Amino acid sequence: MMSKVIHAIYNDDDVLLDAVHKTRSAHHHIEEVYTPFPVHGLDKAMGLAPTRIAIAAFLYGLVGLSVATAMMNFIMISDWPQDIGGKPSFSYLQNMPAFVPIMFELTVFFAAHLMVITFYMRSKLWPFKQAENPDVRTTDDHFLMEVGIHGNEEELVSFFKTTGAVEVKVIEKH
Amino acid sequence: MYTFSSKLKTFSLILIVLGIIGIGYGYISTPSSIEEVEKMLTESHHGGHGEASSDAHATHDAPVAHDAKDVHADAEHKEHVEHVYHQLQNKPWSALYVAGIFFFLLTMGVLAFYAIQIASQAGWSPVLFRVMEGITAYLLPGSIIFFVLLLAASFHIGHNGMFTWMDPEVVKEDKLIQGKTAFLNVPFFLIRAIIFIGVWNLYRHFARKFTLAQDESTDDSNYKKLFKASAAFLVFFIVSESIMSWDWIMSVDPHWYSTLFGWYVFASFFVSGITVLTMITIYLKSKGYLPEVNKSHIQDLAKFMFAFSIFWTYLWFSQFMLIWYADIPEEVTYYVTRIEHYNLPFFGMLALNFIFPILILMNADFKRLTWIVIGAGAVILFGHYLDFFNMIMPATVGDKWFIGASEIGSILFFAGLFILVVFTALTKAPLIAKRYPFMEESKHFHY
Repeated sequence: MMSKVIHAIYNDDDVLLDAVHKTRSAHHHIEEVYTPFPVHGLDKAMGLAPTRIAIAAFLYGLVGLSVATAMMNFIMISDWPQDIGGKPSFSYLQNMPAFVPIMFELTVFFAAHLMVITFYMRSKLWPFKQAENPDVRTTDDHFLMEVGIHGNEEELVSFFKTTGAVEVKVIEKH
Repeated sequence: MYTFSSKLKTFSLILIVLGIIGIGYGYISTPSSIEEVEKMLTESHHGGHGEASSDAHATHDAPVAHDAKDVHADAEHKEHVEHVYHQLQNKPWSALYVAGIFFFLLTMGVLAFYAIQIASQAGWSPVLFRVMEGITAYLLPGSIIFFVLLLAASFHIGHNGMFTWMDPEVVKEDKLIQGKTAFLNVPFFLIRAIIFIGVWNLYRHFARKFTLAQDESTDDSNYKKLFKASAAFLVFFIVSESIMSWDWIMSVDPHWYSTLFGWYVFASFFVSGITVLTMITIYLKSKGYLPEVNKSHIQDLAKFMFAFSIFWTYLWFSQFMLIWYADIPEEVTYYVTRIEHYNLPFFGMLALNFIFPILILMNADFKRLTWIVIGAGAVILFGHYLDFFNMIMPATVGDKWFIGASEIGSILFFAGLFILVVFTALTKAPLIAKRYPFMEESKHFHY
């Protein structure tokens, strides 16, 4: 099915933010906004839900801590409790200070790497991924807002002309 | 302008009075003679009370049956009684000393934070400067009382024997302390204390003067003076803070030393200072005195509480683990006594100062909820009081520690005095500075 979208292009982030506010209050659904750099407050203006990646990272950190503890408890205490330089390997707690650096590092390692991988998965980023850039200028100095056309096309185009867009295009999308 | 509510004033006065009663009771209930201690010890041994103390000295006590005619055992027993006598004599002094240094250094933490905010030209914190200045008003009375406590220790007033290296009888027989007398001698010790306390108070005095003058002036010359004074103070502070921690805390254990001790002490009082700053800011805001302070300011302060709690833990662990790992006898005794006799306060403070803040203050939303920040702050403050308790008490009272009348009384007394001085100082100037260059930015700070 063919569907038409409007590409409204701006050359200033303040104008863009203003246009986003106007579009939202006119109840047009914003499909996507492309910007060359992070625009502070854009997610709030678009009404995007906050990210939960920090919560994921916390849980990954707990996994890392558990892995480190289980690993060293098995190796150093259960499997082969040798006397290495007089360190007390009778129980995990007794020799714990020696394990803390590894527990810490693995917590950070798991939290950081799994969080990054989660980010790649959720934002669908990987090598050889086809770039989804509607207009090359959006990586340099232009901002683009994509809005689906569901009603009167003329009316919508003239609406975006009033929001300060330097260019308004109607695109047919597959 | 802030007006000191009469309720809070009465509250602080009640704390002071209760504190004095507690401290007084602590001194009165201290045994005044060796005979009294002797009687107390025999009673506790036969009556089954005070098992902790008899346990700890089991090795001494075993041969000390009274019918034993062994002269050696008798001498050992006498020595033991004298040792316990000195520990009990030190107890009310140490309680006063711990609470005194805690509130005094906590004020220094705020002063250092203040100087850092000015020297780094922070754009978020200027709305809090007057609160910080109010808190650092406690520096003068706090440091004077603390200096009096140092004098009491130096001249053994009222059987104060907290610093064993000040006792010539001890030094005569102690080769290790003899080797340190070039640094650890009473005149030099007091001179250092006077210089440090003097310069810190001078900085606080002039910083306050410059900010008040900046309010009335037409250019930024006072701000520039304040900036330079703060940068210079920070250089002096980092050197003096390190030496201060050797003098006032590490030297109660004159046989022991640790290289990162100065940083460790700094982290402890810095996080306490920031916590008090946060709590007073929230209090003043809840009373409607700080309309310019928003949730983002509170969140930033809570971030500092969180980050420096972890920084403190990092230093605590680095010091502990290095000594535990190498297990060199002359270093490790420090932790052996603490783990044996102070097990709960020693590891309990780790839970209060690390595990609790890391779990509570990690969440960004929680950092914006005042009741959570206040609750976490109370836990952090108690934890760092215990930290100072663990640093001082094992060396001065050993296993005779107890958080009783002297300790609680001392805390109440200094807390009351702190509230009285700080909130009186807050009434002296408008709570928002007028012409500070970064003030506008700070009022609109938003995270």
